[in-house]
Amino acid sequence: MGLRRALPVVLAAACASLAAAAWADYQINFPPPKSSLAYAINDLHILIMWVCVGIFIVVFGTMFYAIWKHRKSVGHQAAQFHESTTVEIIWTAIPFLILIGMAWPATRLILEQKDTSNPDVTIKVTGYQWKWEYDYLQDGVKFMSVLATPREQIENKAPKGPNYLLEVDEPMVVPVGKKVRLLLTANDVIHAWWVPALGVKQDTIPGFIRDAWFTATEPGTYRGQCAELCGKDHGFMPIVVEVKSEADYAAWLADKKAKVAAAAADAGKVFSKEELMARGATVYNANCASCHMPDGKGLPGVFPAITGSKVATGAKAGHIGIVLAGKPGSAMPAFGPQLNDADIAAVVTYQRNGLGNSTGDLVQPAEIKALRK
Amino acid sequence: MQAHALEHEHGHGAPSGLMRWVTTTNHKDIGTLYLWFAAVMFLLAGSMAMAIRAELFQPGLQLVSPDFFNQLTTLHGLIMVFGVIMPAMTGFANWQVPLMIGAPDMAFPRMNNWSFWILPAAAILLVISLFLPGGAAAAGWTLYPPLFIQGGISYDLTIFAIHILGASSIMGSLNIITTILNMRAPGMTLMKMPLFVWTWLITAFLLIAVMPVLAGAVTMLLTDRNFDTHFFNAAGGGDPVLFQHVFWFFGHPEVYILILPAFGIVSQIIPTFARKPLFGYASMVYATASIAILSFLVWAHHMFTVGMPAVGQLYFMYATMLIAVPTGVKVFNWVATMWRGSLTFETPMLFAIAFVALFTIGGFTGLVLAMAPVDIQLHDTYYVVAHFHYVLVSGALFAIYAGVYYWLPKWTGHMYNETLGKWHFWLSMISFNVLFFPQHFLGLAGMPRRIPDYAVQFTEFNMISSIGGFVFGASQILMLIVVLQCIRGGRKAEAKPWEGAQGLEWTVPSPAPYHTFETPPVVK
Ligand code: HEM
Ligand SMILES: [Cu+2]
Repeated sequence: MGLRRALPVVLAAACASLAAAAWADYQINFPPPKSSLAYAINDLHILIMWVCVGIFIVVFGTMFYAIWKHRKSVGHQAAQFHESTTVEIIWTAIPFLILIGMAWPATRLILEQKDTSNPDVTIKVTGYQWKWEYDYLQDGVKFMSVLATPREQIENKAPKGPNYLLEVDEPMVVPVGKKVRLLLTANDVIHAWWVPALGVKQDTIPGFIRDAWFTATEPGTYRGQCAELCGKDHGFMPIVVEVKSEADYAAWLADKKAKVAAAAADAGKVFSKEELMARGATVYNANCASCHMPDGKGLPGVFPAITGSKVATGAKAGHIGIVLAGKPGSAMPAFGPQLNDADIAAVVTYQRNGLGNSTGDLVQPAEIKALRK
Repeated sequence: MQAHALEHEHGHGAPSGLMRWVTTTNHKDIGTLYLWFAAVMFLLAGSMAMAIRAELFQPGLQLVSPDFFNQLTTLHGLIMVFGVIMPAMTGFANWQVPLMIGAPDMAFPRMNNWSFWILPAAAILLVISLFLPGGAAAAGWTLYPPLFIQGGISYDLTIFAIHILGASSIMGSLNIITTILNMRAPGMTLMKMPLFVWTWLITAFLLIAVMPVLAGAVTMLLTDRNFDTHFFNAAGGGDPVLFQHVFWFFGHPEVYILILPAFGIVSQIIPTFARKPLFGYASMVYATASIAILSFLVWAHHMFTVGMPAVGQLYFMYATMLIAVPTGVKVFNWVATMWRGSLTFETPMLFAIAFVALFTIGGFTGLVLAMAPVDIQLHDTYYVVAHFHYVLVSGALFAIYAGVYYWLPKWTGHMYNETLGKWHFWLSMISFNVLFFPQHFLGLAGMPRRIPDYAVQFTEFNMISSIGGFVFGASQILMLIVVLQCIRGGRKAEAKPWEGAQGLEWTVPSPAPYHTFETPPVVK
């Protein structure tokens, strides 16, 4: 019979692929936990998993014993029993007791996860299509965090780096050993902020604020991703958290505050065309290119082109207005709250004089300021 | 006219030609239509899965754009749930319920015709949405706003398709309930009904309870999209999370709608090939009913990361864990049925055994996911993808395969090719595990679901999974061959082709005549 002969070959192939899996460094469990919560989750998962494996072995050991011994081909005669209330009660009661044993540690952990009281640091996290914003509420520091992997790597035109798709231009930075409370929300659709090593995953919901907390146990860089489908670039909005010693954290914070002061000074400046175009290109690629495309051609039927667009080649005020306020009911967000005056001035100038457009006019930060209300 | 045609049919066999299928009110014809519809949809949604696995074979974007990738996962999910598993199960109900309870047909034959014939309309809406500007809906089969609100015209078509599918399910369920409650042969009390009939009775009640809920939810999406009703828009006083509550109030019972008839099929097959009555028949009925009731009380276990208060997390965790008890009872009963039987391993039995073992793995991962603190890490990762494919592919789909092989002799009058059937089983069973088992590891290691591209550390398991996927996909062609062969010829099947089979369907000749049980049989 064909099957009898082929089966060993198929099985051997399956075993070989399993063996291959054992050679490489394949990760089959959670990444090493780096927060008190992540440790507890790890332990709970391992406990539950072994309970399941144990039950599986008992039940299916029995089944395979029957398959082996109670076959017609070895001449086994069928018994005709088909009911036993005692047995039914036993195998209803035992799982119930096992479940109570599992629920106990899980309950304690839930209560711990939900206890966001007495934080040392509070950071507001906002999800955008498709980037994150971190706002250090106590320190007046606020910045965007965007995917840093170059397009060439994604399009297979360059070799992929070790942190492919898990690297950002500016990570979130937190001090080690301190309780960090996150206040999470979103600007457009639902996202989810997730860093496995820290044991935190929380949906960010537009119009609502949720909270979560973690206390990192070790300095280092921990990576995660958005975990709720949020549109086309859902796979391209990673999260990077750098956990630093307290001194390093203080130094980082001081540096950040100095940059905030410098940016405020920019708001009153008058820039040259070159300055605006260069800065505008950077802002465009970080904020606009994912929909309107790096060349400004958009995605027909989904996202409009900038090249030759009525808005980007029409009156300045209309162009600035849509960038500031977005277009309600579409995927176009309001950039007014996200970007400072200089950045908006630069990107509007870039859209009007680059990407195949040439209106010839410049936009300065003061004009943005005037149009903000 | 219709009545006259019906009259006319009686004396003869089936009328011939295309109009036979369009106008048929015969439960066997309609069952066949449902099953073929499911098969065609399976090929469509299956080829989408092949494209998904091909894109995920290695990191980087190779074949499809991220937006099209999301369209593929969305349509794959919607079509597999509403276009494959549900119609296939309804096909079984149409063929088997009247045969198993000794009824001449379904209670409302013309509604039955309609229940089927509106399905292709829904399928066409989904397919043409692919070719509209912006492409098909890409917000996931769970349709979450606000993302769903952002989409183009095809999102509205998707909503209409869901309305139609829901109407079809409700009509089908009314028919099934009425048939079972009113048309049983004399002597067939409720507690003598075959378990398949019981599971479908309970499933039909679930469907009637939750399809309107889904219809309501998607209608609210429709008005949010087109008339600014702001049900789910916080800026207008709504709440995006409200949609998730309503969706999962439908969605969790829905997963049991998909699996309860599968429990029924397997409960017919295992006793047959163990040559031993089903162990704990009454407890099987009670377990099915308690699963159905509990399924209404656990919906927010899909939402452990939306930020419910601690009491919410605790309640939904406890309630979900409770479902493991009746589910366990079922598994223990199947194993006890096999215990000390006289087992043989024809293809239906192989699929049924694989069902029991692999569905249980899905049940265990369900239990892991039910632990809210652990689900925080696993939600929306490949671990969940592995979980629901273990319960839906090696669960619902394997049960459908088992049922097709089991009843094919009755439907066609021929035996299928057992060697090819076994090849189909072994290839499917092995490649299924190669495809989905590594996805548990991917989820644990941190790979989110619904992404077209991934970090390099996930490469190896994705490759293994894709290879498993291609073999699994190709193996299903075998099934098609076996079925077509069996329809066209083969060894003649006896009225009762399986030695250990019990039940009224085996008292009529094979193939089952166009009209059966015109005078009801008497059940002792
Ligand atoms: C012991 C029984 C089961 C338990 C305890 C259980 C538990 C769960 C939990 C907690 C989730 C949410 C995971 C997450 O998104 O984070 C889930 C997801 C899911 N389960 Fe189950 N489950 C069980 C059985 C089943 C069965 C029988 C089916 C279907 C036949 C099923 C189908 C699904 C599906 C489709 C999803 C994912 C839905 C989505 O997000 O797209 N489950 N299950
Ligand atoms: Cu559920």
